[in-house]
Amino acid sequence: MRTRPDVPAWIVPPALIGWALLALPLVGLVLRVDWRDFGSLVTTEASRAALWLSLRTASASTVLCLLLGVPLALVLARSTARWASAVRAVVLVPLVLPPVVGGIALLATFGRRGWLGQHLEVLGIEIAFTTVAVVLAQAFVSLPFLVVTLEGALRAADPGYADVAATLGAAPGRVLGRVTLPLVAPGLVAGTVLSFARALGEFGATVTFAGSLQGVTRSLPTEIYLQREVDPDAAIALSFLLVAVAVAVIALVHRPGRSPW
Amino acid sequence: MRAHAAAILASVLALSGCGAGPASTERTLTVLAAASLATAFTELADEFEDEHAGVDVRLSFGGSSSLAAQIAEGAPADVFAAADERTMSLVADVGVARAEAVVFATNTVQVAARRDGPVKSLQDLVGPGVKVVLCAPQVPCGAAAREALDTAGIEVEPVSEEQSVADVLGKVASGEADAGVVYRTDVLAAGDRVTGLELPGPARVVTRCPVVALDGPADEALAAEFVAFVSGREARATLDAAGFGTP
Repeated sequence: MRTRPDVPAWIVPPALIGWALLALPLVGLVLRVDWRDFGSLVTTEASRAALWLSLRTASASTVLCLLLGVPLALVLARSTARWASAVRAVVLVPLVLPPVVGGIALLATFGRRGWLGQHLEVLGIEIAFTTVAVVLAQAFVSLPFLVVTLEGALRAADPGYADVAATLGAAPGRVLGRVTLPLVAPGLVAGTVLSFARALGEFGATVTFAGSLQGVTRSLPTEIYLQREVDPDAAIALSFLLVAVAVAVIALVHRPGRSPW
Repeated sequence: MRAHAAAILASVLALSGCGAGPASTERTLTVLAAASLATAFTELADEFEDEHAGVDVRLSFGGSSSLAAQIAEGAPADVFAAADERTMSLVADVGVARAEAVVFATNTVQVAARRDGPVKSLQDLVGPGVKVVLCAPQVPCGAAAREALDTAGIEVEPVSEEQSVADVLGKVASGEADAGVVYRTDVLAAGDRVTGLELPGPARVVTRCPVVALDGPADEALAAEFVAFVSGREARATLDAAGFGTP
């Protein structure tokens, strides 16, 4: 530590406390897990329904994020226009917004009384209280993760390769698919995994916007919130499951020695 | 540098309200109460404060089961008022109650229908496309709602099972759902945002609301006084106005 010119000794205690602030609650959770009944707690009908719903909706919202987020990141990364920074600011909003506020905003838009939702209902498209609402809520909160990560990777990548490919006669679509996207593949993977993880953990917007019904809208975090009151052991077992998923995600994305995003 | 760090730390602690402030002569009583009691207890707390100079009643409302779970986890609370006796027994089991719980009011379930919505009568609850929300069966209002609907012979398929009665009422009042089953007092409190539909006599499931003094930070006598106050004659008018029944 002392070999570094900008790391004074007094910086170490707060750094350790900061790390402990993040690590200790995880220890606390693991200590509370009822290992003897863990298997039966996470395999009840309600738990399995919630896990299955979470996996399905998080996968669907990740696909949606890829379909919409890759083009958005590309446009933002390649544009120098002034409007691009305004567009980027909007993309960043869900990152700093409390999810419950996101839920209320979605409700005001896609809810049965929402300014778009009431027209959709006339057309026979109902979103409120359906699994689609869960996917929408998840996409709303996780899309920024993909866009920000991918845009960063696109800006950092050497544009020379794309220029060369274009001079050699490749059409933009071909340059994108064969040169640019392969160049930013690590960033794309990191963004995808991060948005999947964020979707899996989504709670506030879901419970506000989609409701809570087993097998339809009650995702794993919502189930944990409900069980917390009536069966704390089940809530802790399911929480551990989500922590395990989070750790697996970090292991997948995080490469020691360089920032993944 | 050290001085700077200490100053920053001190201001962070001050902002977060950590550390000991100047000693206050005010006595604080922390009351956790079921969401359905919010209106009545806000008034009752004011009356109690008027009668007891220097007492500050701090209220926290939430789903009964939520509050019971908080108390079981050691949340500092002096009084707990629940929406039903089952929830109260959870707190009694933890051993933080200072006395036996007293039932101070009764409540009953009612159907809350969205204004200008498709639900005009109980039969409409099972109409095509009608969206009904209930509390989850695990929480008091959900248990009571199911018992009531079963007794009335109405087979409702809810589109959502919410965490608390406040969530159900919110979904109906905002027009997101067409109807929900809540407490009679919630319908009254919601005013003209929802229309209340009375269930047939035998289906008017009566829940009994108990209140108890807890082993909290305030002194035992003050907590006991508050319990006596809400279960006494003085509080009756306020509880009646809110729609609660006499136990």
